[in-house]
Amino acid sequence: MAAIHLKQLAHSYLPHPAGPRDYALKRIDHVWEDGRAYALLGPSGCGKTTLLNIISGLLQPSEGQVCFDEEDVTNLPTELRRIAQVFQFPVVYDTMSVYDNLAFPLRNHGHSESVVRERVLRIAKMLDLSAVLKQKARGLTADAKQTISLGRGLVRENVAAILFDEPLTVIDPHLKHKLRMQLKRLHRQFNHTMIYVTHDQTEALSFADRVVVMYDGDVVQMGTPQELFERPAHTFVGYFIGSPGMNVLDARIEGNLAYVDGRSIPLAQGYDAIAGETVEIGVRPEFARLVRKEDAGEQGLPVTVKRIEDIGRFKIARTEFFGRELNVVIPEGTAVSDRANRVLFDAQHVNVYADGWIVEGEAA
Amino acid sequence: MALQLENISKVAGRETHIHPMDLSLEAGTLNVLLGPTLSGKTSLMRLMAGLDKPTTGRVIWRGNDVTGVPVQRRNVAMVYQQFINYPSMSVYENIASPLRLQGLDKASIDSKVHEIAELMKLEPMLMRKPLELSGGQQQRCALARALVKGADLVLLDEPLANLDYKLREEMRVEIPRFFIESGAIFVYATTEPSEALLLGGNTAAMWEGRITQFGPTLEVYREPVSATTAQVFSDPPMNFVNVTKAGDSLLFGADQSVRATGDLLALPDDRYMAGFRPNHLCLTPLGGNALKFTAEVTVTEITGSESFVHLQHADDAPWVSLTHGVHELPIGQTAEVFVDVRNIYFFNAKEELVAAAVAAKAA
Repeated sequence: MAAIHLKQLAHSYLPHPAGPRDYALKRIDHVWEDGRAYALLGPSGCGKTTLLNIISGLLQPSEGQVCFDEEDVTNLPTELRRIAQVFQFPVVYDTMSVYDNLAFPLRNHGHSESVVRERVLRIAKMLDLSAVLKQKARGLTADAKQTISLGRGLVRENVAAILFDEPLTVIDPHLKHKLRMQLKRLHRQFNHTMIYVTHDQTEALSFADRVVVMYDGDVVQMGTPQELFERPAHTFVGYFIGSPGMNVLDARIEGNLAYVDGRSIPLAQGYDAIAGETVEIGVRPEFARLVRKEDAGEQGLPVTVKRIEDIGRFKIARTEFFGRELNVVIPEGTAVSDRANRVLFDAQHVNVYADGWIVEGEAA
Repeated sequence: MALQLENISKVAGRETHIHPMDLSLEAGTLNVLLGPTLSGKTSLMRLMAGLDKPTTGRVIWRGNDVTGVPVQRRNVAMVYQQFINYPSMSVYENIASPLRLQGLDKASIDSKVHEIAELMKLEPMLMRKPLELSGGQQQRCALARALVKGADLVLLDEPLANLDYKLREEMRVEIPRFFIESGAIFVYATTEPSEALLLGGNTAAMWEGRITQFGPTLEVYREPVSATTAQVFSDPPMNFVNVTKAGDSLLFGADQSVRATGDLLALPDDRYMAGFRPNHLCLTPLGGNALKFTAEVTVTEITGSESFVHLQHADDAPWVSLTHGVHELPIGQTAEVFVDVRNIYFFNAKEELVAAAVAAKAA
């Protein structure tokens, strides 16, 4: 296992990039720690596949270096990088038994049959494949085949990192839980450095201890799931993570108050004059409440409730505040009055943004 | 009654894709087919469309028997998971193509294309080719073509499965809007319970070629008639534990005993299966007559706003607790978990519902 150093890394698919817009991957300088599980999350075209291909060796970066611990691997081909990969679609040999499929990467690297046997049996046990080891892979269901692919990725022990490229896309939701859980357990047990690419937020957040959110070639935030949820560093993170995403409103900030359309909203921190063309506040629907006017006191934004969607575990109130959409999450079992027409925010969770990026205030 | 399936079934070779079933869909409704892969959703849609002939039974459309009438002669639109557009035509021409086939005049075509393009937010890209668009825009183009022809029956087979989840979120809000305006019958297949809940309308829960329950979506979710429906409609899966009723006592698992009240008191003495959803299995004490179980943590997943704590309780199938906030419990730790009896569904040995959760009925 290894730490992955991305040193002044950038990539353009053009021979002579002129400005930032020509870069599919803008400059990043990170250390990804040994033994952690990282998820690369972002919409299609954000640069996550470019970054993964640079780490795996499919692509040589136009600028910067990739090091596994101290070893510069920037110019090494994939097969010399000591990495294992799992792809979106299962890669298994239909005519081979499940055992031989799992043994394949080990035999390829010249391990003795006794080592092969020990590792194959152990990985099969963890992935519930013990019963089918003697069967041919042909005829197994798509998710059983993808489980074998996972097993092949995990069976080698001397790898620097394991890369997963949307490995659960073709799997049924019920089985996704099971496979995700197995992956997580394996990670806890072996402490592989894992990198997992996905456009699915639930998958990224539940799998990773660090989530790397990418947008337009930039890494906009790298943090724990909790940090991404509570303190999105960029309004894009607020929008992309969470369903529905963060409410964002144009605002004017004075000290520890935000003004939106003349209404004041208390903030937990105080702010000096904020530089930036656009100043906004962001509040997650989970930190907003929908109440009646008489229960809001002097506070609250006056809203019109467009509709309330009951989705079982909670309700989403879709409201409008002077033409702006404002969503509120209502926990299961919480009663909402028909006359509710004020939205209140939890001041601790109102973030301030300038030109999209979070602004830190000072404790009031 | 616009579309009726009577005793319809489909057998291919030795495999039964659809067991004999009846289903009636009303005009102007959105109907979700919810079930895992291979539960029969696509087979059923193909029978509705006339793409396949049923082995038994009849398809009745507005009172007329249309069994065996091929899809070309019926006013049906279908959208697949893999979006299909004509690559050499512009988005405008793609959307206009079914109208040209209908022989509409130029001015009507133009106004209809623009109307639907505006609804689907495709106006700025009407002159582009499909392959120059993002996946979401390509799928909107395919949807626009299906909707513009004014079909009476619109079949959508996991239309959002290939889109990233933010786009799915937007489309799920948009799709129910079109159908309200069109008056057609919409049928929408998905594997995801949350998608069914977001879409609303009616839901048919499907399992192994059968419809296990059909009704208003929230009703099917809150009052599943069987453990199978409950399982199809629970993501993550529902948790189960054995319960024995004797007199006025209910014994859950090995040692959790409470007094039976209400409908539960009326159940005959027997062994039952108690089912409760992951969001009703709590990590903090609930008070009242909540059950308390001791289980071992197998793994924890944290999404930032919620935590999934996977648990092993006695010899039961694995449990999941889905709770608000961040709860990082170490693997192997013994945890106390709590369930309010009002959130428990009771199923008999045949896995039929004998008592719905009291809290769900009140909601």
